[in-house]
Amino acid sequence: MNHWYMLTLVGEDRPGIVAKLTHALYEGGANLGEAAMARLGGNFTIMLMVGFPGTARQLQEVIESEVDSLGLRAHIDPIQGHLHQHLEPDVWVTVYGADRAGIVAQITGALAEAGLNILDLQSDVAGTESAPVYVMIIEGQAGEGIEGLKSAVSVIASQGVEVDIEPIETLIG
Amino acid sequence: MAVLEILTYPSEILKQVSAPVERFDDELRAFIADLEETRLAGPGAVGIAAPQVGRFQRIVIVDVSNMKRPVPNHGHRVLINPEITEWEGYAVGREGCLSVPDYTGNVIRAEQIRLEAFDPQGEKRSFDMTGFEARAVQHEIDHLDGLLFLDRLVSRRNDLFRRKVYQKGKKN
Repeated sequence: MNHWYMLTLVGEDRPGIVAKLTHALYEGGANLGEAAMARLGGNFTIMLMVGFPGTARQLQEVIESEVDSLGLRAHIDPIQGHLHQHLEPDVWVTVYGADRAGIVAQITGALAEAGLNILDLQSDVAGTESAPVYVMIIEGQAGEGIEGLKSAVSVIASQGVEVDIEPIETLIG
Repeated sequence: MAVLEILTYPSEILKQVSAPVERFDDELRAFIADLEETRLAGPGAVGIAAPQVGRFQRIVIVDVSNMKRPVPNHGHRVLINPEITEWEGYAVGREGCLSVPDYTGNVIRAEQIRLEAFDPQGEKRSFDMTGFEARAVQHEIDHLDGLLFLDRLVSRRNDLFRRKVYQKGKKN
């Protein structure tokens, strides 16, 4: 009987990390579920749902030599998660503007108060060192409707941050 | 009337190309009634294609007239041997599929299409469709060519600027 673990790995990015790690996991009898990898500030980061019949310590042993040779840090948590638990987003929020401290806190704070449940968030800093531009894309569920989200961010949006809130109409066919 | 079984990927037979309809008879119309009943039995499907129930003929049904936020539409349409003759503009939108449970993804489709198709009586008709309805037709016609929306997925990361481009000018 497999248990689900959340395996988080962080380290300096280089080609081949995913292939080496997943090979070690496969050889060790683990099975992968959902996963997300991102290169953040030049760092390799990944979160993997790993189904594994043994303990967290045994899973650690499965990946240990690869993790060491790749110079990564690994973290393993037993989780209650399951596959096929997707929630469908119905709203798409894009934010961009001159980078400054507090944008995310202000925007997400206002949106949370207006009923937004964030399902996916990606953000980046574009532009240059002297003129950084913050970009954020959120997918979520508007529990209390989209109009409420729009008015919640309208004050912040008037302070030099562009916020666009659009419905997601998922086509099922 | 009957609700038919929906084939789901990874069934390989969804990947085959369907043949044109040649006989517009009562048997065809009875099948269409079953196909529509199957569509309505699904979770909010705005379209369905015959190969999704294992009939490999060029028949689709599209109906986007009951959206929560209304969109331009031609009502309930049965499209037989449909051909898209013109495309214009493109847009990213979210799609899922009765044949691909528990996954949705972003897909680029033409925003406006001109379409020729036969109705269940064998009359040739043409339509100018836009937006969500045009997307639904393109999704369903893909099924007739053995394609799923999974064949057309685009990255979520690039959506922001792509979307702005097509809003400004549709000639890209």
